[in-house]
Amino acid sequence: MSERATSIPPEEQHDDQDADTTANAGGDDTTAGGDDTTAGATSADTAAAGNDTQPKPVTTGAESVVRALENAGVEYAFGVQGGAIMPVYDALYDSEITHVTMAHEQGASHAADAYGIVSGEPGVCLATSGPGATNLVTGIADADMDSDPMLALTGQVPTDFVGNDAFQETDTTGVTTPVTKDNTFAADPDRVGTDVSEAFALAREGRPGPTLVDLPKDVTNAETDREPDEPATPDTYEVTEEADPTIVASAAERIENATRPIMLLGGGVIKGEASETCREFAIEHDIPVVTTMPGIGSFPEDHELSMEMAGMHGTGYANMAITHCDTMIAVGTRFDDRLTGGIETFAPDAEIIHVDIDPAEISKNIHADYPLVGDADTVVSQLARAVETSPQATKWRAQCQQWKSDYSMAYDVPEDEPIQPEFVVEALDEATSDNAIVTTGVGQHQMWACQYWTYTEPRTWVSSHGLGTMGYGLPAAIGARLAADDDQEVVCIDGDGSFLMTLQGLSVAVRENLDITVAVLNNEYIGMVRQWQDAFFEGRHSASDYGWMPEFDKLAEAFGASGFRIDEYDEVADTIEAALAEDGPSVIDVHIDPQANVYPMVPSGGDNGQFALAEDQL
Amino acid sequence: MSGENEPNDRTEPTEPGHRRGLDGPAPEERPTPAGRRNEQGIRIDPEVEAKQEPRRTVISTLVEHEPGVLSDVSGLFSRRQFNIESLTVGPTTDDDRARITLVVEEPDPGIDQIKKQLRKLIPVISVRELESDAMRRELALVKIDADRPSEVAAVADMYDGKTVDSCPETATIEITGSRQKIDAAIETFEQFGIREIDRTGTTALARGTQSTAAPASTTESTAEAASHPQNQYAPADDD
Ligand SMILES: Cc1ncc(C[n+]2csc(CCOP(=O)(O)OP(=O)(O)O)c2C)c(N)n1
Ligand SMILES: [Mg+2]
Repeated sequence: MSERATSIPPEEQHDDQDADTTANAGGDDTTAGGDDTTAGATSADTAAAGNDTQPKPVTTGAESVVRALENAGVEYAFGVQGGAIMPVYDALYDSEITHVTMAHEQGASHAADAYGIVSGEPGVCLATSGPGATNLVTGIADADMDSDPMLALTGQVPTDFVGNDAFQETDTTGVTTPVTKDNTFAADPDRVGTDVSEAFALAREGRPGPTLVDLPKDVTNAETDREPDEPATPDTYEVTEEADPTIVASAAERIENATRPIMLLGGGVIKGEASETCREFAIEHDIPVVTTMPGIGSFPEDHELSMEMAGMHGTGYANMAITHCDTMIAVGTRFDDRLTGGIETFAPDAEIIHVDIDPAEISKNIHADYPLVGDADTVVSQLARAVETSPQATKWRAQCQQWKSDYSMAYDVPEDEPIQPEFVVEALDEATSDNAIVTTGVGQHQMWACQYWTYTEPRTWVSSHGLGTMGYGLPAAIGARLAADDDQEVVCIDGDGSFLMTLQGLSVAVRENLDITVAVLNNEYIGMVRQWQDAFFEGRHSASDYGWMPEFDKLAEAFGASGFRIDEYDEVADTIEAALAEDGPSVIDVHIDPQANVYPMVPSGGDNGQFALAEDQL
Repeated sequence: MSGENEPNDRTEPTEPGHRRGLDGPAPEERPTPAGRRNEQGIRIDPEVEAKQEPRRTVISTLVEHEPGVLSDVSGLFSRRQFNIESLTVGPTTDDDRARITLVVEEPDPGIDQIKKQLRKLIPVISVRELESDAMRRELALVKIDADRPSEVAAVADMYDGKTVDSCPETATIEITGSRQKIDAAIETFEQFGIREIDRTGTTALARGTQSTAAPASTTESTAEAASHPQNQYAPADDD
């Protein structure tokens, strides 16, 4: 069944949303008074609700916040209620926007992030002040590292209390400045809607990223009749779409004269909707294609030219190609250290043509010989027009194919040992359609999901790349599910440790009856850490051996999801089929070989070309 | 693996029955490329690696005058480990705008990164690295022991200093000029015993009719600009 298996022998944090009011003896909560106005507005609203061709004018800051979201076309929002954000939630009550109440704010930010990845439009998450906002931070930082479009709205204590260490006050803009593309403290009820419009536009335009608007309760409660402006970026924000034609011309000449060219496609290709243009360019000129991890899906991995993913756990052939190329057309990548390994040995013979929309990525880590600042699709199209003859690279292509067979990803499936994880990933891939979406946690299972699933479409690989956030998988599956088409399966390939971090999200998936399938590759280990300990810490398994895990199938059942368990090879195909057939969420607890390791591997800062194929080569 | 789920009841890992890992030529059997890159990711001749030396330069930025900008800028510098020597901020002719003047010390690629990262901040309107002939001035207040008042006055005179406060025990001298001039003055004052110093950091404007706040030109921010730095450091004038 599997292409590569060479079968030898064969939190619900209910802390104090209520306490908000209790603790408000100090006078924080003026909602009681404010509520009267809201109530008045609501009854008028119900009367007029019959013929609502024209949206009814906003009357409060909160209504203008929600109106800004509606104007931007927002369909879903993910969040958790709480004192300071209550006015916004009250305005959402009358909105067409579907709010998904999450079990934890971290889940809300990951769900919004995944929604953004799959849909291409900013995902929206909401949280109250203080702990609500800080719980969002991991997901915001994750979106920031991966340039995912996301808008976070956080409640804040009333303006007069800011700076007093008020109940549930956190300096949210201060905390999130290093991990947002931009953030704003909304100080003016007449402008708060426009602040949200602008943040939405900024999250999406240029190099995408997370933005945040902090919403003090007095500002959202205040009266205003100011409709928000349409989503637009501020005047100080400039994006260069088209690259300098003279550099394009010289880059084109370089490509024509290359003898060992590769394309390196990063996440920016997918975000910039440039996958099709890059595919055409590579195929037209017969250039082998390597992807980064976020770039997975930009080029079909079943194509002959595909060398798949490079980097720390990239394929041997991708790392050979990247090390030996003489010309690298790098699009939408920031040359992260997990991709480059040691800078000294990264593509050391290559002239680098670097296409990126963010000028600051050019020559940040790797010097660009041909810096092309602009939108990926626009610039690759410019290159396509400028390149007249294909590079003469027959020998190089043959070499690449040779590496593909020399460093095949084939693995053993010994029957007398526990299930090998690669086999499970391939079985899941086989059982699903080409446009199925995969989300993951972080660890070995994530790497197997990269390596052994054959991705062919953009926006089907949803993972935490730059931040490496355990627990991303399940909430991301929730966000992805709502952004995906109905015929796209959503599979979360999770690790036991990662799943434990956010599995309270199962309550959301069950409540919302979301059709997702979670396959936990359960090694009862912090497997990735265990692998490093074996390689670099003399096998001392300090705090990496869970030694015990709850029974995830039963846990799933307790949540009201369907639970399955796999221990043997002959259960794999049928169980996966049964789990996928469920309409709501299902969880398969797959007990894999706890000793399984991820290879190839380039140790941190190592030479990509010297990847290890087994532990003794590290 | 059987279905036991008792804590700590897992059988110890046995030696694997098969070799773990993938097949293929071992690292030492593989061809290796001849080239190398330096720390900055620039391809180099491994024989003659030229290390990029840091240089000091002045970067002037025009920003929206709104709360948080200063912390955005200073946060950027600490987060990205850019070497910053001084930062001054003040109003401009436009009430809605402020100028932040930064003195930084980095190799060329670092200076290029600083400019690009500053431009990415949304409240930043323009960023410009000033030419080496730009006017640069700093003000220092130096409070010294006044045991030898006439000698203190003589030194202050030498540096065009102004006595702004004096009492039987101390004298406070104001000195304005280039960083180097102030360094030199402070060194000279040391002989009297310095009690306290406060320095403003460098302020700077471009010469003549040039506007210091030239709006950010997006094309300038490519590596081209980095490879032909026009702004080689030369000591500031001291007139
Ligand atoms: C939130 C968070 N904490 C800690 C880590 C460090 N870490 C990286 S991988 C890993 C192990 C993950 O275990 P599991 O989810 O079971 O995946 P496995 O490697 O076993 O497949 C850990 C702890 C992390 N990436 N994220
Ligand atoms: Mg595990």
